[in-house]
Amino acid sequence: MNVLHRICPATGLKIDRQAELLMKSHAVMATVALLVGGITAILILLTRWQAVHLLGPVWYYRALTVHGITMLIFFILFFEMAVLYFTSGPLLNSRIAAPRLGWLAFALMVVGAVMTEWMIWTGKADVLMTSYVPLRAHPLYYLGIILFAVGALIVTLQFFATLVVARRERTYEGSVPLITFGAAAAAVIAVITLGHGAAIYIPTFLWSLGLMEVDPQIYRMVWWALGHSSQQINVAAMVSVWYLLGALTVGSVVLNEKISRTAFVLYVLFISMASAHHLLVDPGFGPAWKIVNTSYFMYMAVLASMLHGFTVPAGVELGQRLRGFTHGLFGWVRRAPWGDPGFSSLVLSVVVFGFVGGITGVTIGTEQINIIAHNTLRVPGHFHATVVSGTAMAFMGLTYYLIPLIFRKKVAFWPLAKMQPYLFAGGMLIFSVFMSLSGGFAVPRRHWDITFASAPFGLEFSPTVDLLMGVMALGGLLAAVGGGIYILITVWSVFFGVPLDEREIAHVDARYPAGTRESAASAV
Amino acid sequence: MHTGLESPKGVWWKPAHRSEKVWFSLAFGWCIVLFAMMPLWHWKGGQNPAGTRSRVDPAAFAARTQEFIETYQVGEENGFPIVEPPPGSDVYLLGRMWSWSPILKLRKGAEYTLHISSADVNHGFSLYPINVNFQVVPGYDYALKVTPSEAGDFRVICNEFCGIGHHIMLGRVIVTDEEGNLAVAEGESTEVSVP
Repeated sequence: MNVLHRICPATGLKIDRQAELLMKSHAVMATVALLVGGITAILILLTRWQAVHLLGPVWYYRALTVHGITMLIFFILFFEMAVLYFTSGPLLNSRIAAPRLGWLAFALMVVGAVMTEWMIWTGKADVLMTSYVPLRAHPLYYLGIILFAVGALIVTLQFFATLVVARRERTYEGSVPLITFGAAAAAVIAVITLGHGAAIYIPTFLWSLGLMEVDPQIYRMVWWALGHSSQQINVAAMVSVWYLLGALTVGSVVLNEKISRTAFVLYVLFISMASAHHLLVDPGFGPAWKIVNTSYFMYMAVLASMLHGFTVPAGVELGQRLRGFTHGLFGWVRRAPWGDPGFSSLVLSVVVFGFVGGITGVTIGTEQINIIAHNTLRVPGHFHATVVSGTAMAFMGLTYYLIPLIFRKKVAFWPLAKMQPYLFAGGMLIFSVFMSLSGGFAVPRRHWDITFASAPFGLEFSPTVDLLMGVMALGGLLAAVGGGIYILITVWSVFFGVPLDEREIAHVDARYPAGTRESAASAV
Repeated sequence: MHTGLESPKGVWWKPAHRSEKVWFSLAFGWCIVLFAMMPLWHWKGGQNPAGTRSRVDPAAFAARTQEFIETYQVGEENGFPIVEPPPGSDVYLLGRMWSWSPILKLRKGAEYTLHISSADVNHGFSLYPINVNFQVVPGYDYALKVTPSEAGDFRVICNEFCGIGHHIMLGRVIVTDEEGNLAVAEGESTEVSVP
């Protein structure tokens, strides 16, 4: 009989062979997407940096379309699908419910992503990520996204099916671990999100074929129920990864299951309605509708993030103290494994997501402030702090454990890996802050030429804007270097890396007091 | 004590530690403050998208704008009509790929109803340098009550992507002082500076 699973020497978890292959495949595709999105990021950055102004208008808007869809949809979702496989299969010592279906879903996602990319790169879909109707793209652009979404929906349903299998086959005792619970919250939100996605992309696909009409305002409403909820999948998945990284790097403890789990439930309950903050200055809705959706519903989701923002660092502190770092009030901080990229990613992700992403998001999401922030650079300034230095940073940190534990390879270029989170999150921090500040001067987002050289009237922004956007560009380039290093390390480790043996892998887990060991992952 | 990787055994619905309770109360209280502030500020503050909204056929809106231009046109610049409507009137501004028409000449302190809509795709109305932004959606008439509070030469930046010419879509609004005098010479495209 074939070996259908192996026992992880570090965690003692039973890793199902199919789950492992699926996770690896999704992780590889995520990295490919990150590379495509990263190259376009540099091109856009060098264009918005007016001193360089690299691309012409056609390729600027095209690269912007590629960047948005590749990063926010393809990269993030491929990685999240890997997280869903991990949290339902190996983490529960379970097999995957229907591996063949998993491969079908993977194929759908790859075909869909390639189809959409192909349409954009060949100039048939210059509509930006939001593709607001009646801007029209080639039908295959919409079809590609639909196929990708169907694939993702199958993986999500597979996640629930695997939970049922694990429960029936009694592969674990008690309740599911918190990390699986968080992933389940992400999966529930994913179902809601993908439902909205179907509700808008299928009619839009038919509209692009000339078969039906789509109202532009209704498009915006339903599209944002997809567009913003999908960011909440990211948040729930990211917070799960925070707990996971805490556990792997310093043996972080769950303070109280009730609080942490309730916070995840708050995400599920309140976030879809909160998507309304994208429509605060739209003509189609009245003030009552806007206020109810964006105040009451949004702040209960904010509360959830505030809770995790407390329990994650507190869990790290307790984990550190249990490992013996009890000296004084801040001994646990000083003796934390700052050279472990998994740990530094966790800290940077929590800090930048919370303080920059969270605060900018809550402010520009209010009715009154939105009037001065809508569609200015304050908006991308906000979401680069949440989704890039928050979610992407956390996912990158997790990769430094995926490589030894799942790919069973040594992390290559270790000194670079130690620096990578600081470069990436530090660069994104500068980028986000200075982008937001430029937005305060009314600099529009998604704009090729803010000197208005070919416009009928003159308009010159304050020279301060040049300075702010210059610093923004430097921050962006710093982050791009960090991103490039990440791709170099992952690709090199996975394809040309040194394989690890059982004994070496066993050292990767830090839950057992490691003494003066600087870093768990570096010990191998 | 267990990590998030492990299954909690038995009942995990247990009272939280005091520190967590304190934090929850603080966070919840703060969220309630934020929650209360938005409606409160809507009633008490002066910064809301106060206006009526209605559906409109894009072609009908374009025709209405044309009629408005013909009635009140006072000049022309760069091929754009300059329109000076009387105080208190309905004012029309049409966004289309890739221009805002007409150039509006308004009077400081007078109240107008500014109707904004689009003839084709989504556009973004961003009044510079005041930095007031509205989404312009085809098929919807956004009728905003406006009272210009300072004289000057303003620009309307399109800040929603509307196709390849998006970045040339720039409009102009001139606000004269109470006597109807121009702060800047007509026809002269002066640079707008940040106040």
